[in-house]
Amino acid sequence: MMRFILPLVLFLGLSWFLFQGLGRDTREVPSPLVGKAAPAFVLPTLHDETKKFSPADMQGKVWLLNVWASWCGACKDEHPILMALSKQNLVPIVGLDYKDKRADGEATLAKAGDPYTLTIADADGKVGFDYGVYGVPETYVIDKHGVIAYKLIGAVSSQNLSEKILPLVAQLQAQP
Amino acid sequence: MKNLFLVLMLCVPTFACAGEAQDLADDPVIEVRMIKLAEKVRCLVCQSEPVSTSHSDWSNDVRAIMRDKMKAGATDQEIMDLLVERFGKSVLFDPPVDKETMPLWLAPFALLFVGLGFLLMQLRKRKTQVMDSTLTAEQSQRAADLLNSKDTQ
Repeated sequence: MMRFILPLVLFLGLSWFLFQGLGRDTREVPSPLVGKAAPAFVLPTLHDETKKFSPADMQGKVWLLNVWASWCGACKDEHPILMALSKQNLVPIVGLDYKDKRADGEATLAKAGDPYTLTIADADGKVGFDYGVYGVPETYVIDKHGVIAYKLIGAVSSQNLSEKILPLVAQLQAQP
Repeated sequence: MKNLFLVLMLCVPTFACAGEAQDLADDPVIEVRMIKLAEKVRCLVCQSEPVSTSHSDWSNDVRAIMRDKMKAGATDQEIMDLLVERFGKSVLFDPPVDKETMPLWLAPFALLFVGLGFLLMQLRKRKTQVMDSTLTAEQSQRAADLLNSKDTQ
């Protein structure tokens, strides 16, 4: 009897293990920044170069930092979802226009609509580097104390928004 | 006319000249050091390629940052720490042995031991299955006869 059960158990175990790997995106690298304070920076806003933004301005609020660019294809996929999210007024979304020309970034938002509470321009990508950005779009959930609670690599979809991001935002907003 | 055209066509290659790729660093010493260090860093965009050979935008940025830091006097270790801090240990082609990577390092040995244990168990089992049988005089005589018989059929 053992002779049949053991290989079966081994086979099922291996199958489960491999099956787990099937849906996994190897490009998604767990960010070491989760659980750490969001790196500080001061950047000009996209629409008005004289206005500056720093993450400290958002102290006491749960907010999303969405890294995008006019040259980024997947950003166009997530754009309508961000538009819908911004209309719900659940959470402020700060857009970080990553390694983009100011005019291109502004033109994209003017044409497709602007889902952002505020957009900042990271022209040389230095801030993006500090945030460990390597594939745009990326979205960070930052809590009231300025700690990165979650990082999404890739486009925001209605699925990961409703399953992961919004519940997390609600949970963080309930915290003191 | 045809010959003139031919001559003109043959002249075309003389205008083709390959430009050498610009060496981006002003300092060749730093460039060599940077490339050596970049060989140890995984390009997160292209996964199995090191930053030293990758042409992705991200790798270009990482190389530029390495150059800047080296010019500012950072050690190789400081630069690696900086990268790991932002992108995690997966940027290292040779990850350190620590609590997080321990399962990966130990898994092959664990599997080897499981395999050896299994093999030992099977061998022991087989030993008990083989019956010790000594042949009677009559049986051994018959066996010898069979072996010796020239009849090969």
